[in-house]
Parts: sequence; structure tokens; C-alpha cells
Amino acid sequence: MREDPEREQEPAGEPTDPAAKPRLTRRDAIAAVAVTAGGAVLASVPLAGQSRAPQAPAPPPAATPDSVTIPADPTRAPGPPTSPLGVRSPFETPARTPIGAISGASMTPLHKLTGTVTPSDLVFERHHAGVAIIDPARYRLMIHGMVDRPTVFTLDDLRRLPNISRTVFLECSGNGRGAFRTPKRDMTPQQIDGMTSNGEWTGVALTTLFREVGVRRGASWLRAEGGDAARLSRSIPLAKGLDDAMIAYAFNGEPLRPANGYPARLMLPGYEGNTCVKWVRRIEVTDAPGMFRDETSKYTDPLANGTARQFSFVMDAKSIITEPAFPSRLSAPGWIQISGLAWSGRGRVERVDVTVDGGRSWMLAELQEPVLPVAHTRFRLMWQWDGKAATIASRATDETGYVQPTLAEFRDKRGAGTDYHFNYVRGWLIGADGTVSFAVEG
Amino acid sequence: MRASVVSVAIAVAVTAGCDRGPLADRARRQQSLGNLPADVRPAPEPPPQFGIGRVASDSEVAAWDVDVSPDGVGLPQGSGTPGQGAAVYGAKCASCHGAGGEGTPVAPKIIGRAVRDSFAFGRDPTMVKTVGNYWPYSTTLFDYVRRTMPISAPGSLTNSEVYAVVAFLLAENGIIDGTAVIDSLTLPMVRMPARDRFVPDDRKGGPVFR
Repeated sequence: MREDPEREQEPAGEPTDPAAKPRLTRRDAIAAVAVTAGGAVLASVPLAGQSRAPQAPAPPPAATPDSVTIPADPTRAPGPPTSPLGVRSPFETPARTPIGAISGASMTPLHKLTGTVTPSDLVFERHHAGVAIIDPARYRLMIHGMVDRPTVFTLDDLRRLPNISRTVFLECSGNGRGAFRTPKRDMTPQQIDGMTSNGEWTGVALTTLFREVGVRRGASWLRAEGGDAARLSRSIPLAKGLDDAMIAYAFNGEPLRPANGYPARLMLPGYEGNTCVKWVRRIEVTDAPGMFRDETSKYTDPLANGTARQFSFVMDAKSIITEPAFPSRLSAPGWIQISGLAWSGRGRVERVDVTVDGGRSWMLAELQEPVLPVAHTRFRLMWQWDGKAATIASRATDETGYVQPTLAEFRDKRGAGTDYHFNYVRGWLIGADGTVSFAVEG
Repeated sequence: MRASVVSVAIAVAVTAGCDRGPLADRARRQQSLGNLPADVRPAPEPPPQFGIGRVASDSEVAAWDVDVSPDGVGLPQGSGTPGQGAAVYGAKCASCHGAGGEGTPVAPKIIGRAVRDSFAFGRDPTMVKTVGNYWPYSTTLFDYVRRTMPISAPGSLTNSEVYAVVAFLLAENGIIDGTAVIDSLTLPMVRMPARDRFVPDDRKGGPVFR
């Protein structure tokens, strides 16, 4: 992840005039960002021509990243030069939680993020046959079936067509399963709900592609297939394709990452993540769903009444407090900020209520503007903690008037054995000692 | 679940340009600008099609389109029996799914029926979904196995091997007779125990939790 100091590269855009700016030598760069193969801490090396900086006591080990030298006084020595790729501060080490091999998942560290945009390298992953590695020069998207002109588009073709950008969340409909099935006090927001991410997707509106191919009368479904080893397939109502679907090829301003569908994926705002077929290579316009594995034996929701809900596409309103949350700890009574994320696949978040008394009463949280439809929305509320034990929780309402249910309502309607779409209210227990733990309900 | 949601009207809307895509947005924005300076004119109207992309040949479509539908459309030539499938299963599937289809830490249980074909998954978190107790369509088995299995070498089975292993799984789940021959005609006729258990999504936003 971090730069390899042994690899010398001409920095892009470096001024050719040496007087244009003070030039650091390669050795200086190594001294300032001293990365060691074994991860040991190097002593700070003074830069040539500078007086020796006063020696400060070594920082405590817990705060010392093991691969970068931290100068005792950053005002007394120039820092490292520009670099081809940005890296995080060595003090910040957010990470996903990769599990599983061929069929795996990793979750976004929601509690280490602020605002609403998920950094591209922390977007959650869910793969059914590993990450497909696709050469963009060989990528093809085929649209066929009930169309006038069955067409093959290259990636260049897609990029020539008018593009659109839209900031929306993407959530796996299995998000929250662990907290529902086996809730534990020491679960973090990442472990509870880390299979949701949010950012700006750019691509071609499916309607634009439909104009190119000419959708025939009588068509009512799409079948989308991925170019991965699962050839993951989902059937989507044509109405969604005509509404706001896109073939996305970029996220947060750059091409998609392989784990998120490079070079192109289907993006269906508000729909469960599995339908947003990654590495999409084929869309068939049809008049019936394919009844694929991932819309029959998976991604269907057993209900308490002995049926299972099928084609349950839309992600309903949901929210979670990300701070304070396990493993953070309140240091002292006084004013603290309660902050979290709310979202709805059906539109804008209308309101987020926060309770600090276990749901007996609720307060209106402030929503960060702009509140975008089908996007993570940051909410916050200042709370004067009195130093006593408390249960805090958030409850989102979306623009349709849908209110995030309680766990009891959820269990009553769906059943204890239901699956997917776990969007009930989650809370946190604040201990009198300031510890925060996931509120496991009986 | 044949969709009633969409219709001819929507298909017409696409061709007539009444959709909500970027072209419509652009047209609206240009209209709202009002009087433009003399040296600025609206961008040319986009054509009905840009003509980008090339025609997909029938053979290209056939090479990629391996969908198998519940009515059997897409099923290829070939056939297999549970007996033949037992050998394929033992060689290609058992190492992950278990000799008796009981599942292992790396692959789910796929053989097993519920008592009286109960579909109590919503009430009972301990119930495990299998081909026999949860899969609603027999054709999905062929589609999925051919696409995806074995997971380390998807696409490596012949069509008859897929038919055979599908026949084996249907027989082991007690759905077909152990001597049945499964092919493009017989597979769509196999009715799965959970066929009628699936219902359309009735959630639609608003104040009622469903």
C-alpha cells in the first residue's frame, strides 16, 4: 500500500527548472518517509544543510506507526516531496474486513468515516466467484433480445455516449445479517452494517443505450449477466431500466475498482446491491424473469407466514449511529456529538430521530445538506451526557413516510428466520464508565 | 411473476424520448435558459440514435447467452440420469458439498426435504435451505450449475454432465425417480416442492411496515 522507497520514479509534473522550487533529493525523501521492509521504526535523519532538530522523547509505542518516521518537530524540517499517488496519514489505518476466499465479502469501516462519501478503497465488496480481472480493451457489453438492433459496445463506445453522474448509496441486502442472527456487544458499525457504501457513480444511462438498440414493444424485463466466473445474473423490471439505471464505469471520479465491477457495472439506485451486476457484459431485453439462482434460492426473503418474498429489490429506510459506537469510549460527562448515517432506496431521508433514553422519547437530529435522494445522509445531534448509563439509537423516516421499524415489529412481520433487508432500529449502550457497546435486544 | 408493471406504453416512451435520461435533462435545461447572446446557439438536437456500437451477430449472442428459462427455453441437447450424475457428483461436487450433499464449511447443503415440505424458514432460523426444500424452479439448477460449477472450473462440464448432476440432485432430494432421464423436454416438467411458496414484493414505502 505504501510507497516503496527503493523504487525511484520521476515524479509526474515535476518542474524542470531547478529554481522553480526547492528540490529534495531522493535520499531526503527516504529520510522523511523512511519505510523499512521489516516495518521497524527508523530514526529521523536530519536533512542535509539543516541544523539538527532538537531531539524529542520517542513517542509512545501505541501512537507510533511502524513504517514511517515521524519528525520530532515538523516545523523544523521539510517533509517528503510530492508523490504519484496519495497515501493516508500513517496514523489513520481504516481497513475493510475481508472474509471468505472465492465467494467472499468485506465491509466498509463506517465508524472510521465522516461525511457521506465512501473512499473508493473502502467500498464494501461482495463476490460470488472472486474479483474478475478484465482487460478494458477486451471488455464488451452486449444488449440483445427484444431489441431492433442487437448491439455490442466496447468500453470506448460507452465513454463516447453522453454520461451522467449521480451520488447514491449501494447496499448489500444481506447487510445486518450478522447483527440479526448473532448479535454481540462488541460489534462495530462496520461489523453490523458495513455492507453499504456511498459515492458518485458515472456512466451511461440505460435509456441512452436503449435508444441505440431500440427496445421492442412487449418487453418487460431485463436480464443482466456479469463477466465474472459466477456469470452472476439477475432479472430487473424494464421499468427500472427506463427510470434511473445506468451502466457505471467510474466511481468517485476515477474508473471503477476491480472489486466494484471494473470496467463497468449495472447501477440501479436504491436496489439491493446484488442486482447492480458487476463486470456486466450482457443485458437481454425479455418479457419474463430468468428465475436465476440469485433471485430464487438467494436474495429472497422468507416471511413468518410461510412464504418468501421474491424480487424484493428496494432497500428500505435505515440508519445507524456511527459515533459514539463500539469500540469508542466517552471520556467524560458533558456535551458529545451523536452522529450517524441514514439512507433510503425510495428517495430522500425526511427525518432522523435520536433517542438517548432507550426509545421512550426522541429528538430531531440535524441533517447535513444537501440531502440527496437514495444517498447516505449524515445526521447529528449534540447531547449533554450526564455520566449515567443510557441507550441511544436512531430512527430514519423517508420521504414516502416510511419509518424504520423496531426489532420487535421487524420480527413480528418477517419472522425470526427471515433473511435480507435487515433495516430495523439499532442502538448502543452507554455505560456509566463511558464504554459503548452494541445494544443487543432480547 | 410475469410482469404487469411495464408495458407497451413505456416502450413507446423510450422511442418517443419521454424518458428521464440525460438527453431529456439537457432539453429541459436549454429551454429554461431563455434568450441567449447572439453568438450562442443551442447544441444540435441529438439524433434518435448516435449509431455507436456495432451489430451483435447471432453467433456472438448464442455464444454468450446461456440463460435457461423456467419454460425450458435455452436448454441444450444432451441428457443424463441420476446414476450417471452420481459419478459426476462424486468427482466434481462432493469435495465441497459433501458426499451426501450435506454441505461443508465451504459450500452449502443442497440435499434435504423439510418435514411435510414445511416452508417455515421465516419462523425457524435453524432451517437450512436446500434444492429440495427451497428452490422453486428445476431449470434454475441447470442454469446455475452450467454457469458456475464446479466453482474452481466453471464451464468445464459437458451439457450431458450438467443434466446428469441435475438429475442426481433431483433424485437425491426425492423429487424425481432414480431412473428418470433428464433432458430439455423433461427438466421443465419437473415441479419443485417449493414452487408455490414465493410471493411478489408487497413493500411500497409509506407508513405501513411490511
